[in-house]
Amino acid sequence: MKAIKNIGLLIFLVGLSIFTLLPLTGTFTLSTDNLKKVVTDQNIKSEIFVQELENTVVGKSFNGVSALSSKITTALENANAHHRENKEYNKVMYVGPHDMAATLAKASGEGFIVNNKILMWFLTFGLGIIGALVFILPNVILLGKKGIKNDGIYHEKATNRGWIAWLVFIYLVSFYLLLYFRPEYAVNWTYTLDPLSLWLSGNLAGHWFVYGFMYSVVMTVMAVRMYIKYRHNTYQMVRTTSVLFFQIVFAFLIPEIMVRLQMPYYDFKNIFPLDYDFFFQWNLRSLLNSGGIGLFILVWGIALTLVVVPVMVYFFGKRWYCSWVCGCGGLAETLGDPYRQHSSKSLFSWKIERWLIHGVLVFAVGMTLMTLYSFFTESSTVLGIKTQSVQNAYSFLIGAIFAGVIGTGFYPIFGNRVWCRFGCPLAAYLGFVQRFKSRFRITTNGGQCISCGNCSTYCEQGIDVRAYAQKGENIVRSSCVGCGICSAVCPRGVLNLENGPLEGRINPTEVLLGNDVDLMDLVNKKS
Amino acid sequence: MEHVVIIGNGIAGITAARHIRKLSNKKITVISAESDYFFSRTALMYVYMGHMKFEHTQPYENWFWKKNRIELVNAYVNKVDTENKTLLLQNSQAIKFDKLIIATGSKPNMFGWPGQDLKGVQGLYSKQDLELLEANAPNKEICKRAVIVGGGLIGIEMAEMLRSRDIPVTFLVREASFWDIVLPQGESQMINEHIREHHIDLQLNTNLVEIISDENGRAKAVTTDKGETIACNVVGLTAGVSPNVNFLKDSGISLGKGVLVNQFLETNIKDIYAIGDCAEQHQAIGNRRPVEAVWYTGRMMGEALAQTICGRKTPYNPGHWFNSAKFLDIEYQTYGWVFPEVSKKEYEQHFHWRHPKEKICITVAYHKDNKQLLGINTFGIRMRHQIVDRWLTEKRDINYVMEYLKDANFDPEFYSRHEKSIVAHYNSIFNTNITPKKKSWKRIFSNA
Ligand SMILES: Cc1cc2nc3c(=O)[nH]c(=O)nc-3n(C[C@H](O)[C@H](O)[C@H](O)COP(=O)(O)OP(=O)(O)OC[C@H]3O[C@@H](n4cnc5c(N)ncnc54)[C@H](O)[C@@H]3O)c2cc1C
Ligand code: SF4
Ligand code: SF4
Repeated sequence: MKAIKNIGLLIFLVGLSIFTLLPLTGTFTLSTDNLKKVVTDQNIKSEIFVQELENTVVGKSFNGVSALSSKITTALENANAHHRENKEYNKVMYVGPHDMAATLAKASGEGFIVNNKILMWFLTFGLGIIGALVFILPNVILLGKKGIKNDGIYHEKATNRGWIAWLVFIYLVSFYLLLYFRPEYAVNWTYTLDPLSLWLSGNLAGHWFVYGFMYSVVMTVMAVRMYIKYRHNTYQMVRTTSVLFFQIVFAFLIPEIMVRLQMPYYDFKNIFPLDYDFFFQWNLRSLLNSGGIGLFILVWGIALTLVVVPVMVYFFGKRWYCSWVCGCGGLAETLGDPYRQHSSKSLFSWKIERWLIHGVLVFAVGMTLMTLYSFFTESSTVLGIKTQSVQNAYSFLIGAIFAGVIGTGFYPIFGNRVWCRFGCPLAAYLGFVQRFKSRFRITTNGGQCISCGNCSTYCEQGIDVRAYAQKGENIVRSSCVGCGICSAVCPRGVLNLENGPLEGRINPTEVLLGNDVDLMDLVNKKS
Repeated sequence: MEHVVIIGNGIAGITAARHIRKLSNKKITVISAESDYFFSRTALMYVYMGHMKFEHTQPYENWFWKKNRIELVNAYVNKVDTENKTLLLQNSQAIKFDKLIIATGSKPNMFGWPGQDLKGVQGLYSKQDLELLEANAPNKEICKRAVIVGGGLIGIEMAEMLRSRDIPVTFLVREASFWDIVLPQGESQMINEHIREHHIDLQLNTNLVEIISDENGRAKAVTTDKGETIACNVVGLTAGVSPNVNFLKDSGISLGKGVLVNQFLETNIKDIYAIGDCAEQHQAIGNRRPVEAVWYTGRMMGEALAQTICGRKTPYNPGHWFNSAKFLDIEYQTYGWVFPEVSKKEYEQHFHWRHPKEKICITVAYHKDNKQLLGINTFGIRMRHQIVDRWLTEKRDINYVMEYLKDANFDPEFYSRHEKSIVAHYNSIFNTNITPKKKSWKRIFSNA
């Protein structure tokens, strides 16, 4: 069994290595025709840019994307500088230089990778999936009887911040940086997914399609791991199935199919303010120009935030979204599960958490108010501040760095919910409702707690669950995403996630059940 | 300012300290020789098994003590001078007190077995024992087999710990069935099966005779009263614990097995009290034992004594008995009293149900005349403490319990529920016709 696992690991690493090397390989030649096509598609008016590309790029063969990319970005920046100087603003290209490089590179690829897309898919994603499954499936037998399977977590280098964890950390951070800021390097990956993308939406794959596909695949494979690890725990099985379903169907498939049907690309479960650009001008325009379905999406999006969130949180707690539906939560609960113990439980972290997450919420709401003001008054500034700059700052700092690079990259070191705990503005909003008006609570079972600390250790949201449980208090915390792991790992059956009446939900008691009844009265009277 | 000194930073001593701080401004000092900070003894196993690091077993962050003005001293108390109200520490420091709380816990029982002092032989009680086990049994290459002597809660925990590193374990149990001095037959049998499922070599009705040394003074084998010799590298002695009170011998404080106290947790000497594992009641309370060595009772005594020390004299008057444990993968909870066959009262009768396939069962003890509920044991089913406690207080009969059993279920959402088959089994035995009522939040929260 161990041998099978090792073979799986080896296959996985081969797939991962090929995947990792792909951005550095490949031959790229931009033909005049392809350049023309991109110029038309992208509506490029800068003849200087086209001219420079014709001189430096067209017809030449580049090995690896980086040489090509530097030519394109320089050309674009030079052209833009020139047009700005001459005040030819209609010729300025507002697309990012690296996005332009990605587009042109995509049109220039040739050779083995482009001619063997399916084979390349198999050598990267295929081997990765097969290897990971071969690595994970023997656990059905190796893990033995049903029960809690946390043996050795603090002995393993992968799960105890050892060198493996640090390697994964570096890899993930680099991957996200590349994806957000150097998309041209993802071009070879996109080729491997062209067949699937064409079949789904009719378009060639872009780097966000690669990301969406990878996201779904990683979640699926790691969900298999969850199913095996928590096979005694029905709550975990049902919950995992739910997040997986919403990721694959709602986040990945439906938007692609909508594109095929000439509808706007939309993830029906992505809720503002997590979906921070929902009210951005270009999105509103696109929705308003898409007829009935656009209007429906507009109403749906607003209703999600204003009606669905409060009603659902009232009945089920924040968990209905954070650990049953949300994509960020879904990745955290599958890929991130081996790292959940790293969230800090200190009071200090809790303080930082409250400042940061509410800060981001204020930022998101403020930015959206500016956006709407600009949209309706058609002025590009609010009180002298450019709406566009605020949006760009948010997209960069929160959308890319916090949610992506830090949110996922930091899993192996700071736990799997860094974004959800410290950054997500939607989580802050859901949390308000959960804290002040919800039927959800984690009930503490009388006096049964032995203060062992398993619950606190494995709470991904850094809640010191034990601090409440050992006092006999229910846990009513805005940050709790209802993952149910504290309840699962408790060796004494102390914790239970429940939706019950509001009355008695918060129950600060001084003396625990099982003690002298009169003493309880005495102490509670005083406090 | 009155100076309250507490010996022992376990759950009993620390609970007392915290509550005294809440109620008063007294000067509080806690002395302990085991660790700088309070930690949860019950979690030691999880550190060895890699579920947690030692720091995770500490329920309060390190700044907590200073902020709450609870002074911590890491030292061993050699002697209590009751006349001068002074403690003499091993480092020859002296500490004066106005009130003294003895909360020194327990120590593992050693029954004078030949070889019990050899290297590789150890109990499992303290942080130091944990460190010793890490040294003695880091992996299955160095520890090729371990023998555990004594079939109680700590014994089975130690077996589980060693198995988590794939170390072969032989488990010597004196009784005919695991822990059958506490558990009724059906349950005890089920645990026997479960222990064996985990590939633990369970030897019932077997006693340790001798531990044999190698040439370096290390244990290399044990012999049993079955005439068997078992080669091993580690011997775990887990035959119960007894109060850790030897250092009090000549202090004038009266001792039995533990420090003798009355219901107010007072010793024979004014201003000196004892709580937790080390306290022994002159007169046992109800069905309880005079020495109660469990987590919860230490905590309750700490809560009660804090009231007394802060001027509201309060007896230790615990409510209904409860306890819980985990046998490998099976969670166990008990409420009220369910006695095993060996010590069952003549009026006590049992209703027992066991799941046909899974390791799940329930035993309900009731009075044979009026059917009054006496206690409930569950294995693999979580029960709602509040509800069972209320049933006991209200002296409900077993028919009522069956009817409202669903109110007491505390298993997580989506788990399969067993009330239907439990009650069906009950009906078939007692010729009753009870249908279990739907779970009702209203009932659960009424007079909560
Ligand atoms: C492995 C294990 C698992 C357990 N699991 C459970 C469980 O699941 N449920 C349950 O209810 N109970 C359990 N128990 C029992 C429970 O832990 C004890 O009942 C409880 O910890 C006793 O608390 P205490 O405060 O009385 O004493 P202790 O926790 O023993 O604290 C006493 C402290 O005093 C120190 N001390 C003693 N003498 C001196 C001295 N002369 N000078 C200075 N310091 C001194 C000791 O070193 C120790 O640190 C378990 C015990 C063990 C060992
Ligand atoms: S408190 Fe429990 S349910 Fe809530 S997030 Fe933490 S582990 Fe999950
Ligand atoms: S896991 Fe359970 S027993 Fe342990 S501290 Fe948490 S609530 Fe208490």
